[in-house]
Amino acid sequence: MAAMTLLETKGLTKVYGGLSANEDVDFVLPAGQVHALIGPNGAGKSTFVGMVSGRIPATAGEVWFDGQDITHVPAHKRMKMGMAYTFQITAIYARLSLFENIALALGSRDNRAAKAALERVGLADRADQIAGDLSYGHQRLLEIAMGVAQAPRLLILDEPTQGLAESEIEGFNTLIRSLAGETTILLIEHNMNVVMALAEEITVLDNGRFLARGTPDDIRNNKQVQDAYLGSG
Amino acid sequence: MSIDRRSIALHVGLITVLFVGCFALNDYHQGNVARILVLATYAIGYNVMFGYTGLLSLGHAMFFAAGLYGLGMAMHYGGLPAIPAFVVGLICAAVLSALVAVLALRTIGVAFMIVTLMFAQSVFLAILYFGDWTRGDEGFVIAQSTRQVLGLDLTDPVTRYLAALALFSAALLITARMMHVRFGRVLIAVRENEERTRMLGYDVFRHKFLAVVISGTISGAAGAGYGLLFGYVGATFASVQYSIFPLLWVLLGGAGTTIGPLVGTIFMFYLIDYSSALTNAYMLIAGVVLVLLTLFARAGIMGEIRKRWAPWLP
Repeated sequence: MAAMTLLETKGLTKVYGGLSANEDVDFVLPAGQVHALIGPNGAGKSTFVGMVSGRIPATAGEVWFDGQDITHVPAHKRMKMGMAYTFQITAIYARLSLFENIALALGSRDNRAAKAALERVGLADRADQIAGDLSYGHQRLLEIAMGVAQAPRLLILDEPTQGLAESEIEGFNTLIRSLAGETTILLIEHNMNVVMALAEEITVLDNGRFLARGTPDDIRNNKQVQDAYLGSG
Repeated sequence: MSIDRRSIALHVGLITVLFVGCFALNDYHQGNVARILVLATYAIGYNVMFGYTGLLSLGHAMFFAAGLYGLGMAMHYGGLPAIPAFVVGLICAAVLSALVAVLALRTIGVAFMIVTLMFAQSVFLAILYFGDWTRGDEGFVIAQSTRQVLGLDLTDPVTRYLAALALFSAALLITARMMHVRFGRVLIAVRENEERTRMLGYDVFRHKFLAVVISGTISGAAGAGYGLLFGYVGATFASVQYSIFPLLWVLLGGAGTTIGPLVGTIFMFYLIDYSSALTNAYMLIAGVVLVLLTLFARAGIMGEIRKRWAPWLP
């Protein structure tokens, strides 16, 4: 099946004062795929999704979303076009209730929709609590719930399972699987168990450059990737 | 009762109490409260930007003065009747705040405070520079005979009180409604976490811009109302002191609460009023009380009440 392309980058480059955080990255993401982006620390993964989402302006190259060149479209408009982004460092409204957090993500104050969105991460009974009072793991889950609540076509998750307990990771995997097919997911992840369990395809970045792409099995057996990242053990 | 009903009951109840106050208070307090209501309108305007959007301005006196001079000059030199002159005041404040918003919102944090302060100083100095028309520090008086609206004499104490109450009520209900709908919720979201809000797909600049314009226009309405009801227009109202006052009122009453601005204005007004009856060093008493409040009630009076007993307070 020739899947439609939802996201494409052409020669995407980010230079920070002479240092290339991303260099000439070409990337194609078919609609509906769960795709993991991996690589050692400093490989430029967050910079890459930053340029895709519009948080970080690209030095050179293009970003195409749903057939449109969005390289110069501001971040908030990209979100309106159907992207959602969860931060690596938890970014919720710590002084507002869970309901307020979700309502802002939903763009509506519908009680039932908010409850349903919280239910997906098992936080529905805490709707009236202040978000900052939640445990760190629950705050991560709330942030993921906010991303999901936006009903995006492309959901970008920057290290979503960082700080989650094993049991919570299980729940996270279930949630992502329930979205698979309808939502395209671009996932930055260090936890290889999560990557192997969820990703249909994996792209490896190293030193800001494209290193390899393939199915989880391809990547596991790729000699270059093993040297750069996975280790041979 | 649902939160909406409680919120409506609170605002309508407050306006009713203030209405009854017009007839229950003696002449002295009636005059004071009329003045407080106009100043509290100014504080409500300030609160939209500072309390709800998290933008700390040190130059709001320019918006108050824009309304005051807009109305004053239109009546004094243009011979305009009260209502059109009031509209002129509003337009002056709206245009000035849109201009300041476009330029000042290019900065954030401390730089934003300094830029607003500098703009306000420019307005203040411009008023002094054009002293031939503005009468500078000395100011000018708006003739009593022109301060009439629809056959009502605004110099009559009862009419003046009720006019001040109408102005205050309009500002209060507009902000209460605004904070109830999505626009207001997004302002709070901008205050709490700007980057998160942008990444939820909201146009942060647009919301901040509108917050500044709404805030500046309400402040200008208070300035125009002040000129109309009390008949005096002078440069003092554009001085830095009048930029600091609304910050104090809002901090004391509770930033980000709808009735906090009124509570803070009443509190500060009567604090100075009573302490000046006791001693010449009344600012010392006022200062000590302010220090105590910031130490023990950091969220301001209504903010503490919301925190401890009434989390539903809008």
